[in-house]
Amino acid sequence: MNVITCENVWKTFHRRSGQKLFRDHLASWFGGGDGESHAFHALKGISFQVANGESVAVIGSNGAGKSTLLSIVTGLTQPDKGSVQIQGRVAALLELGSGFHPDLTGRENIFLNAALLGFSEKQTRGMFDAIVEFSGVKDFIDEPLRTYSSGMGVRLAFSVAVNVDPEVLIVDEVLAVGDQDFQAKCHDRIRDFRRAGKTFLCVSHSKQMLLELCDRAVWLDHGEVVMCGKIANVFEAYEGRAALPK
Amino acid sequence: MWRGEYRFLLKNLILKDFRVRYRNMSLGVFWSLLNPLIMLGVYTFVFTKIFTTSTPHWGVFILCGMVPFNFFALAWSAGTTSMIDNAGLVKRVPVPREIMPITSVLSNCLHLLIQIALLLLVAMLSGITVNFNWIWLPVVWTLEVIFVCGLALFFAAVNVYVRDTRYVVESATLVLFWLVPIIYDFSMIPPQYRDIYQYNPLAALILAMREILLSARPPSHVLLEKLTAVSLISFGLGWMVFRRLKNRFYDYL
Repeated sequence: MNVITCENVWKTFHRRSGQKLFRDHLASWFGGGDGESHAFHALKGISFQVANGESVAVIGSNGAGKSTLLSIVTGLTQPDKGSVQIQGRVAALLELGSGFHPDLTGRENIFLNAALLGFSEKQTRGMFDAIVEFSGVKDFIDEPLRTYSSGMGVRLAFSVAVNVDPEVLIVDEVLAVGDQDFQAKCHDRIRDFRRAGKTFLCVSHSKQMLLELCDRAVWLDHGEVVMCGKIANVFEAYEGRAALPK
Repeated sequence: MWRGEYRFLLKNLILKDFRVRYRNMSLGVFWSLLNPLIMLGVYTFVFTKIFTTSTPHWGVFILCGMVPFNFFALAWSAGTTSMIDNAGLVKRVPVPREIMPITSVLSNCLHLLIQIALLLLVAMLSGITVNFNWIWLPVVWTLEVIFVCGLALFFAAVNVYVRDTRYVVESATLVLFWLVPIIYDFSMIPPQYRDIYQYNPLAALILAMREILLSARPPSHVLLEKLTAVSLISFGLGWMVFRRLKNRFYDYL
């Protein structure tokens, strides 16, 4: 059974759309027709499937469309063409500490982030101690986050995230955080998650980690799928290509 | 996609706003009192020393205008910029987007509550006795919150696409200060404009509050009906527009 199904997904961004000012709107209403020239196709007909219990990596160089793809799969934005279907409860970690605020204490940030991730108050109270324990910042939990070292902040953010217990986990380049011990703990957690038969989709540039955690890989380049298959084979091809002179 | 607990999320987002706003101020929530007190002093000086006014219970009269207006102005502008202020969340966490403008309106309710307490205190100090008609006060305030939520939803969505919207809102607030009977009485408005004034929910709210507090009368049915209708229409319209526009927020933020 497929848990994630992407069929012919297209996503186009308009280059000026980041900062739309009133005069741009006026220009497009009256002047018309500058739409296409500013179009940037981030994804051009992506199709792939992830089966239940599978662990899939998305690789590719910067700007290949990896993060856009995960945003679409997560439902943060809609594809312009094509369709995405997901079965089961999804948790997405696209950026660590998105909901963290430096003026709030560690404790307050844990509650806020858990609420954002979709936990109930009861669930959050239940796992609060585990989160604090995992993060290893227990002594500072009632201090404002801005007094934390950057490593501590990241560990706290990750600890909230890693205690998520969804059926599908989508992760964008956030697993490589903290010191070696902490990374080992995180990887153990992901392996437990996989052993429980859950589905995992991630983006990373860390080959070693991906080889360890994933079965399959999808290689994206300029918004197109170049290759899709066993992770070792895809990496071999990917690295062979990267070594070629342009 | 997001199947969490709305109440818990809303509570945490509102708490975050409070904490972030008040934690680093030495006077904390007293700012909410200080601001209307200073304005009350200024107005009292202008209207008793420069212009002379014969309005009885001047303090209550002016606060009935200022308190709803302050809330309206703050909540409207905070709501308008709420999607941009929370762009990090909107782009990275699949929470329901409607929650952002609504949170920013509700966080301003603390302000409102403190100022309402001040208003009621001033009312009692100037000899107005608590009476049965006061039960209408929470009703009209709830209607105002619903109305502002609708505005916030609408303008937050539009502000994502047209960033100048917030400046339009700021200017509109300045204009509204004079077009709403805050420092003058409804009875001073020429009859041909009165009907229009009653459709302005902010003016209607101020009228209703003055009826209740100064005349010890329940607000008229016509006024309540107009206030309810406009508040519900505002909320419904804001909600619909927001739903239509939210699909492309990601691309524009």
